[in-house]
Amino acid sequence: MESFIKIAYFLTIILFIFGLKRMSSPATARSGIVWAGVAMLVAVMATFFWPGLQNIALILVATITGGAAAWVSGKKVEMTDMPQMVAIYNGMGGGSAAGIAAVELLRGDIHSSGILTLSVVGGLIGALAFSGSMVAFAKLQGIIGGRPITFPKQQLINVILFVLAVISGIGLVVGDGGATMITIFFLLVLAFGIGVTLPIGGADMPVVISLFNALTGMAVGFEGFAMDNAAMIVAGTVVGAAGTLLTQMMAKAMNRSITQVLFGAFGQEEEGGAADGIEGSLKPIEGDDAAIMMGYASKIIIVSGYGMAVAQAQHKVREMADLLQEKGVEVKYAIHPVAGRMPGHMNVLLAEAGVPYEQLFDLEEINAEFSTADVALVIGANDVVNPRAKTERSSPIYGMPVLDVENAKNVLVIKRGKGTGFAGIENELFYRDQTRMLYGDAQAVVSDLIQQIKQI
Amino acid sequence: MMEGVWAALFIFTLAAFTGYEVIAKVPVILHTPLMSGSNFIHGIVLVGAMVACGHADTLMEQILGFIAVFLGAMNAVGGYVVTERMLLMFERKKPGGA
Repeated sequence: MESFIKIAYFLTIILFIFGLKRMSSPATARSGIVWAGVAMLVAVMATFFWPGLQNIALILVATITGGAAAWVSGKKVEMTDMPQMVAIYNGMGGGSAAGIAAVELLRGDIHSSGILTLSVVGGLIGALAFSGSMVAFAKLQGIIGGRPITFPKQQLINVILFVLAVISGIGLVVGDGGATMITIFFLLVLAFGIGVTLPIGGADMPVVISLFNALTGMAVGFEGFAMDNAAMIVAGTVVGAAGTLLTQMMAKAMNRSITQVLFGAFGQEEEGGAADGIEGSLKPIEGDDAAIMMGYASKIIIVSGYGMAVAQAQHKVREMADLLQEKGVEVKYAIHPVAGRMPGHMNVLLAEAGVPYEQLFDLEEINAEFSTADVALVIGANDVVNPRAKTERSSPIYGMPVLDVENAKNVLVIKRGKGTGFAGIENELFYRDQTRMLYGDAQAVVSDLIQQIKQI
Repeated sequence: MMEGVWAALFIFTLAAFTGYEVIAKVPVILHTPLMSGSNFIHGIVLVGAMVACGHADTLMEQILGFIAVFLGAMNAVGGYVVTERMLLMFERKKPGGA
């Protein structure tokens, strides 16, 4: 019986690795997840035959209810809300690893201090990823604001929490444990996870989620070592390594370092919302004027952001672009690496609306072209077109690569209201002389523009 | 014991390299789906949670085991559903390349 499970796990790991490999190329990506899904099913089925497994009814109920809850929420969620769903499911995995550690520690039948250490470390990382991911979810979902939440002595408090958590973890390894000690340990780690994520701004969230993803992978790997479970060891470690690399690549795409992301908000408690030093005013424009401006342009670059996605305006945007192209206008889409909420998110959304890949351009490819564009149409994007990221050292987004929209002859901005972007900072671009504002829901505004363009 | 530690170390190192190699040189557009995909893969924590829950004796252990399995199942199933939905987008618009 045991060797049957080992063979199943072996198969699972091989399928996981091939699945992951296939997922890293657009052409084979879809089949990759299916392979990995089959592998998971094999592993779970095999585990039901684990020798001496009790509480089978309990396991079945937990698997079915948990799986059903995730299935329903995962199917229902809008494409725009995907990033926070990744965060929440990732947090669940971390919580699960921490739960395993808690059960093992409570049982107290691990006698090797080496294995005990692995279990405690896995529990620590898992619980950290759990509470951190929950905060990330709450920020992206808008339950708590996307802005960095800072308060005095925050860094000191986090350090103290971490040190106390490590000390109680050591206590669990050398001491004789006990429910109280285990509870204190996990509470400290959970608090640390919250404390460390709160000050991170919304714009940096993708990197943080990716980091927590890698951490959960490591936690799973550690618990795998503690439980002598090869599938968990290999899958967890593979994700830990892959996730770390992915985190670095994402951070690089945003021109941020991991340390900047994690500790960037500390020590700068200035209110980013103030429009200090910005001259000029916000100048609204009517739909018909905007339509004429676009209809007679020879080149338009569309910069779409999260606001477009929220308004589900991507289909209307494509319709408008088609219309403009019929009139002989050259239309290109500029895709910021983190447009939407995550790298690649906007590509997915525009692909969904049927925009051809050939019209999508990366930041590096398109930035030089803004100076030759008659109109840059910014739809629900804010922080990624903020010129201050290039000039203002004190700005929270300083150093993040931005689209050089201000080089276009005219800038049209479709915006829901006068509020700030996700990073919570004012955008100088909107006050420039060549900029005109179209206020309203992106879908409604673009529908109106389509009607107006048809009339010219 | 010693042998076990060394074997574990070998497995760990090789798995880490594998993870690194598999992800290297991925186009930016796949960053999010891939993160989601690797999120699904660590859903394998579910099998560990099943074993932990399956060996739970006291009520407290059973409660914690239940939670671990519940959360693990959410990770695995949710990770799969979300990743598949994202990757479906690529399937349709594949011609032309990225």
